[in-house]
Parts: sequence; structure tokens; C-alpha cells
Amino acid sequence: MSARDEILRRVRSALDGVSPVVEVPPAPRAPDRGDLADLFAERVADYRAVVTRCAADEVERVVRDVLGSARAVVPPGLGLDVPGALIDDGLTAAELDDLDAVVTRAAVGIAETGTIVLDHADDQGRRAITLVPDLHVCIVDASQVVADVPDAIALLDPARPLTWISGPSATSDIELDRVEGVHGPRTLHVVLVG
Amino acid sequence: MRVVLQVTCVNDAMFPDTGKAVVRLLRRLGVEVDFPRAQTCCGQPMVNTGYLDEAVPVVRTFVDAFAGYDAIVTPSGSCAGSARHQHSIVAERSGDPALVAAVAETGPRTHELSEFLVDVLGVTDVGAYFPHRVTYHPTCHSLRMLGVGDRPRRLLEAVRGVELVDLPHASECCGFGGTFALKNADTSIAMGADKARHVRDTGAEVLVAGDNSCLMHVGGMLSRQRAGVRVMHLAEVLAATEDDEGMDA
Amino acid sequence: MSGTFVGMPAFPTAAREALGDTQLRRNLAHATRVIRDKRAQVVAEVEDWEELRLAGAAVKEVALRDLATHLETLEASLTRAGATVHWARDAEEACAIVASVTKAHGVDEVVKVKSMATAEIGLNEALEAEGIAAWETDLAELIVQLGDDLPSHILVPAIHRNRAEIREIFLRRMGDVGRPAPADLTDEPAILAAAARTHLREKFLRAKVAVSGANFAVAETGTLVVVESEGNGRMCLTLPEVLVSVVGIEKVVATWADLDPLLRLLPRSSTGERMNPYTSTWSGVTPGDGPQEVHVVLLDNGRTRALADDVGRQALRCIRCSACLNVCPVYERVGGHAYGSVYPGPIGAILNPLLHGVADEQTASLPYASSLCGACFDVCPVRIDIPSVLVDQRAAVVDQHRGDRLPKPEALAMKAAAWAFSDARRLAWAERASGLAGRVIGRFSRTSLPGGRAAAGRLPGPAAGWTGARDLPAPPEESFRAWWDRTDGGRR
Ligand code: SF4
Repeated sequence: MSARDEILRRVRSALDGVSPVVEVPPAPRAPDRGDLADLFAERVADYRAVVTRCAADEVERVVRDVLGSARAVVPPGLGLDVPGALIDDGLTAAELDDLDAVVTRAAVGIAETGTIVLDHADDQGRRAITLVPDLHVCIVDASQVVADVPDAIALLDPARPLTWISGPSATSDIELDRVEGVHGPRTLHVVLVG
Repeated sequence: MRVVLQVTCVNDAMFPDTGKAVVRLLRRLGVEVDFPRAQTCCGQPMVNTGYLDEAVPVVRTFVDAFAGYDAIVTPSGSCAGSARHQHSIVAERSGDPALVAAVAETGPRTHELSEFLVDVLGVTDVGAYFPHRVTYHPTCHSLRMLGVGDRPRRLLEAVRGVELVDLPHASECCGFGGTFALKNADTSIAMGADKARHVRDTGAEVLVAGDNSCLMHVGGMLSRQRAGVRVMHLAEVLAATEDDEGMDA
Repeated sequence: MSGTFVGMPAFPTAAREALGDTQLRRNLAHATRVIRDKRAQVVAEVEDWEELRLAGAAVKEVALRDLATHLETLEASLTRAGATVHWARDAEEACAIVASVTKAHGVDEVVKVKSMATAEIGLNEALEAEGIAAWETDLAELIVQLGDDLPSHILVPAIHRNRAEIREIFLRRMGDVGRPAPADLTDEPAILAAAARTHLREKFLRAKVAVSGANFAVAETGTLVVVESEGNGRMCLTLPEVLVSVVGIEKVVATWADLDPLLRLLPRSSTGERMNPYTSTWSGVTPGDGPQEVHVVLLDNGRTRALADDVGRQALRCIRCSACLNVCPVYERVGGHAYGSVYPGPIGAILNPLLHGVADEQTASLPYASSLCGACFDVCPVRIDIPSVLVDQRAAVVDQHRGDRLPKPEALAMKAAAWAFSDARRLAWAERASGLAGRVIGRFSRTSLPGGRAAAGRLPGPAAGWTGARDLPAPPEESFRAWWDRTDGGRR
């Protein structure tokens, strides 16, 4: 018998006589915590990401200020002029490692947890570009911010690869002392628009 | 209401003063308790060590002794927990439907002392007087298996003369754990040492709890350390009045 | 590369040794206290935490109770999404699959995301035997691997090490396997983390094959989920050309929406954060993005044994958050190694016997490694009633020995106690005997408890376990029942 058939047989015999019916209570929803963009900005900052809020017509300037002289890569569909930035056309990991920053948009923001979710559409680019450079500038529109995790799950498409980001990379592996910045971008700068 | 005392095997054989205190306390509150002579033990020592077959006749003795009463009061969170949460396991194991039915009757009617006082009798001030500095350890089974919450605390706060001090890290286990204290003696002692240290840090004169087994463990350590802290069951504190000489309630 | 748990002594012996390690005791007390407090804080933020736990337990239970169906669905959706699905009955089969995928690409190294399943099957050692180096990339796993050590915690495998020890390990060992640590390395956590970043970056950039586990596998969509903090997971899941994920069959959830309660429960229970820094999800192969060859190994290795256990089945709901370890008073004092498994603490004390049975003495000692205080059940995000399963596994241990020709002294004692407790007259007789003993102790003992009651100090023989550190009150001369009879319940 193949391993597959053997395992499935074992599973079936283990559950012989066990009813598959389980009552699933609905997962509770967090109470209304007021303005979502405010909460989102506060919670993102809680995990030591930098948050800048600005109006739509200020985004270009804000991004330019954040980048300074950093050499940045941008996804092909960013829809924003970032002077001097390289447009990703399949850069290798080593090439990405030579760059300082990446500028992207996001798919969803989650207020309750201060999370941005990338679904790696054209305005966010391949997963590698938001991983290797040390500074990630992420532009989130206030209208993209949802209240909590279940709202995000409902909006997101599981067929796409997703990256949920809550603050810069971190570790607490040494005496449970939190250190920001291990392998992922050590600085996360969220530009919240509107 | 026909109320009976399940004194527990540990109290019966080792701490009769606790049983006497419950009788005196309830009598003062106008409740006459009966003591069915056929009672022995709740079976927990066997169950918790894995001897389920051995526990069957013990649980049978329990339900036989306590059948037909309205309320079973016990000065032990652990034994109440055993009756309410473990007897059904033993009964299932026996394969005897009559036993399954019997434990379903006795289990819910078994009350730990503080639950009986607060929920059934509706009292928190039991008219006790105990002029000592006291700290309270909420034993694990009272706290987590039964969920007695702050009932013991409310009872203690209403005692006249008492000076109640908070025990640091109160909800942490003292390390007794029944046969755990023997099978894993080193770990048990390490846990007990920390509990004893927290007790000493309070400067209390008396450590109070609702389970004499836990108190025997922590008290035994405090005694060995000559820490100058004695242990007392909650029932004995609640039974104490101005008429009592000294602390010997 | 790293050690193995094979040949570990039974828990009480291992615990005794650990209890004497003062450095370990301090490291653990500090670390468990910190993480416990963090968890308590973020859990308190969630008003309906108890309802969330119920929902989390239910979605896992749904998947487990119809596991065969969900596994077949998962296999179909993974295959549709371009992944290759393998099945492994046991550790050996799983390791062989990973080794053969690796060899097919002609490489002699893989990078690894921290994964309990691959630790459980001893993948690193198996790959090493095939001439393949497996580089752990999680900081704590790296510390364990470089230190030739064993993991002692699910979430923080190097919880037993402090910063000074970690600095020493990095200085001594990093150079042997890659980029050395800088000579001026200090024991600042940030500096140590930076050293790990530099050391591992070259491995990430050149690796062709990565190995991961998965926190969840969604049947309907073929999505795997990895929850992490450092970004090493993203590196492994994104940069290499080939990805092999070893996934226990109990990781399945039925639907995409089922992830909701779990993704809310896990970070708060685990690292004490509202959300962990990174969660990656992927469904098979995404053209032009990430690994273009994706393998998933579905692993049994004892899980179907646990699944067949009506009481123990709930242990398969475990999402490996490690909250039960952090609150466990036993774990806090003895640490993880004493459990002799990659799964330590309360969950380890039930999971190991459920996966492997209780025939060997070491595994049989685990269900007893608990005072049954119940703190684990209180914090478990998927409501595994660990104390009840512990008791049930103790019964399994006892039952295993029912046929013994020479019963253990404990079994004889329990039988005797059960005999006495089955009839009140026998108990009264035993109490009269103990009253006599009490009289003797009262007469000769020079120990008394505070308050004046006579007590026994150190006793020899079987009582030594108790009286080695605790005075034992002398039995009273008169039992409660004798008093009741004599005084008619105090009325005379
Ligand atoms: S048993 Fe529960 S608390 Fe322990 S690791 Fe598993 S999910 Fe977490």
C-alpha cells in the first residue's frame, strides 16, 4: 500500500465512529475602536515602525524625504514617481542586496494589529524586493484600512502569495529581549495617505 | 435542606480539627450537617495516579454514602473537583450505567466550603474573629478546576480583626500535586520552596488555604525552615470567634 | 550537527539534574516570567478572548474529525496550484523524501526555517548522514545548532541560554561553518542579532533549496502559512528555487476563513504580540515570484495514533504557541531538556506519549511530570484540556503494566488504598493504627509544627521522599470519625 493510502486508511480507522459534526461558534469581533486610520497609525507605531501621515498630493515629497540618498527599487506598477529608483525587472537576490530601500503600496491595512498585508500585485512587486533591501517604505491609503483580521481575510485572495507585516523584523530569542531588525528590512516606514 | 459533610480522607485521618471547624461554623450559621459514616475518600489519589480501575469501588462508596442529600459540603477544593469533574471518568470506565447515573447526581451537589457559604447560604460575613496577620493561597483546584474565584477572599475580608495581606504570585501552584510530591519530589520541593519564600515575604503569621494537602506540603517546608509561619485551613479561621483562646480555634 | 534526545533518562532523574543548574534556573525564571507577562497583557486587551478560544478550538476540531476528507482536498488543491504532494508514514520516509528532492538538484546544503515537524523527525541529522548540510536560520535554532545543543522550548529553543553564553558560542563556532563573528562581538542582544544577520545572509543568497514546516495548511485553497518574526522564514520561502515543506497532517484547517481565529490567537499566546512581524502564505507555485518548484510532505509519524485516542485527540489541535510551557511551574524550574523531546512542557507531556505510546520508561514518565495545577489549560488558545489528558495518559501507563508478573510497589499501595477506601470500617481501622503511630511520634519526636502540633522530621524508607524537605504532622490520636462517634458530632 502506498504511504498515501496507508495514512488515509489509518486516519479513517482512527475516526471510526467519531461524529464529524462540530458546532462552530462564530469568532467574536473586536468592539468598535473609533477611527480606523488613527488606530492603525497608533498600532503600527507601537511595533516601532515609523508612520508618516500625509495628503494624497504630498506622497511624492514624503517618499523622497524618507529615502534621502538611499538607492531604491520599486515595483513596475507603483504609480508614483520615485526619482533615481530602479524598476524591478527580475533583479537577482544579490542585486537586491546591493540596494538600500524599496517603495511599495499594500493590499490591506489592519487597524487592530497594526499590520500591512502585501498581496504582491503590480504595485507591490515580487516578494523578494520587499525582503532583501533594509528599508521598506510602504504607502497605505486610509481607505485600505480594515478593522481586524477577519476583515482582511475576507478581502484577500489566497491564490496569491501574501505577506503580512507588523513592524520591522524582530527577535526575542536572546533572553526574551526584543531586538528589531534581523533578516527582513530593519526599518519599516509606513506612509498613511488621507 | 439536608446537608452533609464530606470531610475527606485526609482531614478524617490527619486533620480532624478542620472537620470539627466546619461542623461548628455551619452550626453557628444555623445549618446542622450530617456525617454519613459510610464515607471514605473521593478516589482522587487513585485517579490522579492513573489507577482508574482501583478508583471504581471508591467512587461507588462515595455515591452510596452521599445518595439522597441536597448538598454535600467539603472543606477541599480538590475533592470537590474530583467529585464534579473526575467521577464521571471513573464511572464511564466501570461500564456500569447505574454508577454513571449516580455520579451525575452527586457531582453537581458537591460544594467546596467557600462555594457553599457564598452561593448556597448567601453569606460572606460568618461572624468570625481572628486577630492575626494572614495571607491566603488559592489552591489550584479551587481556583482553576472549580473556579471559586474571590469567594474565599471575600469570606476572609469579612473576618473581624484579621489583617489580610496579598500573597505574591498567589495563583502559582505550591508543588504538592498528590503523588507528584513523591514521584517528582525534587521538582515538588523546588516549587514548594518558592511558594514558602513568597509566604515569608508577606510577613504573615498564618498561611490560609482551602486544602489541607497543599498546606501539609507548604506548611511542612515552612516548619522545616523554622519560618515562624503556621498554616490553617480556611474553615478553622472562619470558625474562630472571640470565645476561642488564642489561635487554637 | 546538533545532539539528539536518544537515551535521555526518565523525567524525575533528568529533572533532578536540571534543578541543580543554577544558571539554567535563573535564565528560565527570567525568560518565562517576561513572556508570561507579555502574553497576559495582550490577551487582556481582547474583550472576547474566551469566545475566540472556543472558535479556535472548533475550527481545529472540525478539521480533525473529518481529517481524511480534508487531507484529500488539500492534496488536490496543492496539486492544482503546481505543488508536488508527498506522503510520509514516519520520520524515516519524510527525511528520505527531503533528501531525494535536495539531491535531485545536485546541492549539498539547504536553508531551514524553524519547524517543529522537521525537528521531530530529526531531519538535520538524517540529511547530514546523506552529506547534506542543513542550516538553521532562526536565531535561537542557530544558537542551538552552533552550540551542539538541544532545543528546550517550542518558540525560543535557546531559552536556556543567556547572552554571555550566546556570545561565546558565536565567537567559537560561526567561523567553522561560514562567516565568522566579528572579533569585537559584545553580548548586547542587538549586536548578537546583527552577527547572525551577517552570518546567515550569504547562506540565504546562495541557497538553492529551502526546507520549512507550516503553521497551518488550508485544505480548500492549498495554502500553507508560516508565522515568524525575524524574516528568516521569508528569506527561505522566497529566495531559493526549490521549497520543501514538511507538514504534520494535523496542521490542516478546512477553509481560508478558518485562519481568522487562529491568526488572532497564535501571536498573542505565543510571543505576546498583537501580531507577529511576518506571516507568509502561499499556494503552490506563483510564476515569476518565489520558488518555482514546491514540494509538500504530509507527515503522519504517530499522529494517526493520537487521532484514535478519544481523550487525547484534542492534543492534535495544538498550534505550538508554547503558552502552556511558559506558565507551567514544572517547566519553569526544570526547563525543556528534561522532557527528552523536541516537544517539552505540558504539551510535550501528553503529545509524546500520544504519538509514540508509553512502552518505554522515559515516555511513560512524562504524564507524571505535572502537578495537575491546570495553568496550561487556562492559557491554551485552542482549549486543550491538558490536565485531563495527562490523567488519561497516566491511566494508559498503569494499564500498560496491569499484566506485570511483579507489580510495582506503587500498584500494590494503590490496591491497598482502594481496598481500605472501599469500606468505611476498614478505613476506621486504618485510622486507629495511624492514631497509634501518631501517639508514638508525639511521644518521641522532638519536632513540632509552628503552633505546637507534634511532627516527624526526617524519616527513612519510603517516607524519605516527603520528609527530606518537609516536616510531617503526626497523625492525630483521634480521627474525625472517631470524634464524631464519641461526641455525636460535637453535641455531647
Ligand atoms: S497545547 Fe495549547 S498552549 Fe500548549 S503549545 Fe499547544 S496550543 Fe499552545
